[in-house]
Amino acid sequence: MQMPDGLDDLYQEIILDHYKRPRHKGALAQADLHAEGFNPFCGDEVNLTLSLDADGRIDGVGFLGQGCSISQASASMLADHLTGLTLEEAEELVRTFKGMMAGEHPSEEREEELGDIVSLSGVTEFPIRIKCALLGYTTLQDAIASYRRRP
Amino acid sequence: MYDVNAVRADFPILERQVHGRPLVYLDNAATSQKPRSVIAALTDYYEGYNANVYRGIHTLSVEATDAYEGARERIAHFINAPSPDHLIYVRNTTEGINLVANTWGLAKLGKGDRVVITEMEHHSNMVPWQYVAATTGAELAFLKVGPDYTLDLSDLDQVITPKTKLVAFTHMSNVLGTVTPARTLIDAAHRVGALALVDGAQSVPHMPVDVQALGCDFLAFSGHKMAGPTGIGALYVREGVLEEMDPFLRGGEMVLEVTYERATWNALPMKFEAGTPDIAGAIGLGAAVDYLSGLGMEGVREHEVALTRYALERLREIEELTVFGPQDVAQRGGVISFALGEIHPHDIGQVLDQHGVAIRVGHHCAMPLVRSKLHVPATARASFYLYNTEAEVDAFVAALNETRRYFGRADA
Repeated sequence: MQMPDGLDDLYQEIILDHYKRPRHKGALAQADLHAEGFNPFCGDEVNLTLSLDADGRIDGVGFLGQGCSISQASASMLADHLTGLTLEEAEELVRTFKGMMAGEHPSEEREEELGDIVSLSGVTEFPIRIKCALLGYTTLQDAIASYRRRP
Repeated sequence: MYDVNAVRADFPILERQVHGRPLVYLDNAATSQKPRSVIAALTDYYEGYNANVYRGIHTLSVEATDAYEGARERIAHFINAPSPDHLIYVRNTTEGINLVANTWGLAKLGKGDRVVITEMEHHSNMVPWQYVAATTGAELAFLKVGPDYTLDLSDLDQVITPKTKLVAFTHMSNVLGTVTPARTLIDAAHRVGALALVDGAQSVPHMPVDVQALGCDFLAFSGHKMAGPTGIGALYVREGVLEEMDPFLRGGEMVLEVTYERATWNALPMKFEAGTPDIAGAIGLGAAVDYLSGLGMEGVREHEVALTRYALERLREIEELTVFGPQDVAQRGGVISFALGEIHPHDIGQVLDQHGVAIRVGHHCAMPLVRSKLHVPATARASFYLYNTEAEVDAFVAALNETRRYFGRADA
């Protein structure tokens, strides 16, 4: 039987690779930022821990989670991109990705920076899965928000 | 048994294609499809005699009231209720259970009392009792699910104690497919002077259910899972239980006499039916009950047992497929929850959809059961109804095999 149209756009090889071999797997013992995200619709979970260097740049990333391939691959790709970013730059990445999920096309230059993450653009053909792809990003937003609220 | 192909011709939606393939609808535990006669009952009402019930003496209102009350009689007869006066129209099973929790539950339960439910309840028969327990100080206790996915009755008398005031349980699990021993549980409740509530959301659509034979005090069910429209369901209440209770909602229709200061309540069932009801929905559910009665509920059960037996056999051929539910078809209905190796249910559901096969994935509104008993974050679930066929089971199995092959490709 031939696989129906569209599925190969959703499940690109690189996505399945991140799903099966998540990057930065684990939780940092000494984290500056931490948040857990949960998507009750399908039971996806993402646990993100980040540490910052003296200049406020991300120098450590830990990602644990369970759930569908899209949620876990997307969070793994995000984890892979965070090292070296300031929190503002990380927020910019969140905005770009949310725009991409809303159907916007990033500039060619930006696309190059995004690398693997661009492979998730096929998710927009399956609107119900956009929430899965966003879970890592909303968890990152929560982590940054609670870091800024810290006493 | 009836001719399934003739039955399929009654359901217009079954002619649909999804992603270029014939629809294989296996999400019946979520909601069933509707036969032409039910859809026609709705349009006949709106096109022919749309009017509010019980108001005015004009012809349309009389016709609407007759159809609305006629449906109540037939729905009551369908579950063998002794009288239509004890069949309260509600939106769905959830509302029926909430009605009991908020009227009888809040009035009758207190500290030292116990409510017994089971570990396989849908949230709709768990969360309302958590609320009642937290509000009244009553204690919530559970009958356990055994390793064979049936109810563990070994500690029945330790759980259903003399302090127990209510035993509320699902008649068929929407996750495991398990049919519970309703009569045994109801008798155990009555032995200690407790009432028994049956969640019939998954049983009333799929097998003969007779409230007098069961002896239950409450039975709640939803119309949309039994070929009827959404927005209508029913709560059967045994005579003598709710008569003394205060109403659930207050407003029009449910009153006898109103002054500027106070009101007195109408008799059952209207005391519990405030405001303009879902008139079209009730008439549609009446048509659904006529349709099911025409097929015969024994025939529906027989068809689904045969199909479930066939499906369980075919699923055993698939490597790494685990079924969460009893293997014995006598102890279960046509709800089959499963895991397929390490492939997440959401991904299974996506690939199946592309093959035209509709299943449900997730926790099925039974989070504690799925997480702490099945030890998975979610399951995939196929559920059958009276119009499903062995050929559809074959298409489902073929799509599952394709799913395995597809997600296996990155392992290389």
